[in-house]
Amino acid sequence: MKSRSFRQLPEAERVEFQAEVEIREDDFSLEEEYRALVDSGTGACVLFSGLVRDISTDNSGTVLELEHYPGMVEAEISTIINEARGRWSLRRIRVIHRVGRLQQSDQIVLVGVSSAHRGDAFAACEFIMDYLKTRAPIWKKEGADGKHDWVEQRNSDLDATSRWT
Amino acid sequence: MHVQLRFFARIREALGTGQITLELSDDVRWTPRLLAEHLASENGELWGRELLRANTLCAVNRTTVDAETALSNGDEVAFFPPVTGG
Repeated sequence: MKSRSFRQLPEAERVEFQAEVEIREDDFSLEEEYRALVDSGTGACVLFSGLVRDISTDNSGTVLELEHYPGMVEAEISTIINEARGRWSLRRIRVIHRVGRLQQSDQIVLVGVSSAHRGDAFAACEFIMDYLKTRAPIWKKEGADGKHDWVEQRNSDLDATSRWT
Repeated sequence: MHVQLRFFARIREALGTGQITLELSDDVRWTPRLLAEHLASENGELWGRELLRANTLCAVNRTTVDAETALSNGDEVAFFPPVTGG
C-alpha cells in the first residue's frame, strides 16, 4: 500500500516559504509583484489589488487619506500570514498597503499569493484580505462631495472574516 | 511609573494630539480602562467620550489587548477606532 507521507517531494516543492509585508506611500507594479511571486515550482498565482473607488454623487471625484500605526500593522499582517500558512500549502506571499494621500482609481493594497495549486492561492488570498480589513491598524478618511469623513467599519467586513473561524 | 500614550485616526483628531507621556502613581494597578477614566477626569468629557466609547480598541506595546490588562512601567498604550484599511 502506498502512503502519501513517504512520497519524495520534488525539488521545486521543497523551497523555503517566503513572505514580505510593506507599508509605503509609493505605488506598486502588478507586473513586478507577479514576477517576485512566481518561480519554477509555482502552479498558481493570485494577485488581489484594492483601488480607490469613486463614491461622489456629483462626479467631483474621491480622495483618501490613510493613517496607520507603524510597527503594529506589519506585526498584525505577519500574524495573519502565518495563520494562512498553517491552513494552506503556500510558496510566496507579498502584501503591500499604501498610506498617505491617494486619488480616485489609485491602488491601495496588494495581496499576492503563489502556490503549487490554485485552490490554496485563491483561499489564502481571500483569507489574508478579509483579516487585513478587520485587524490591521489602518484607517481611511474619505473625501467626496466636499466632505471629509472617517470611514466606519462595515458589518459585511466583519461577516467576511467570521466565516473563516 | 510612566506610559507613552498614542491615539489614532478619529480619536487623534478629536483629542488634538497623537502622542503624550504620562507620569502615574506606582500605587495603582493601572489598566487601559483606568487610564481612560483618569484622562477623562483630568481633561474633560470629550476624552471620556472618545476613549471609553464601546467600540474603541486598545493596544499595549503594539498588541491588541483587553481594557482590563495590567500596565507596566514604560508601556506604549494606544487607543484607536475600529480599523478600516484594505
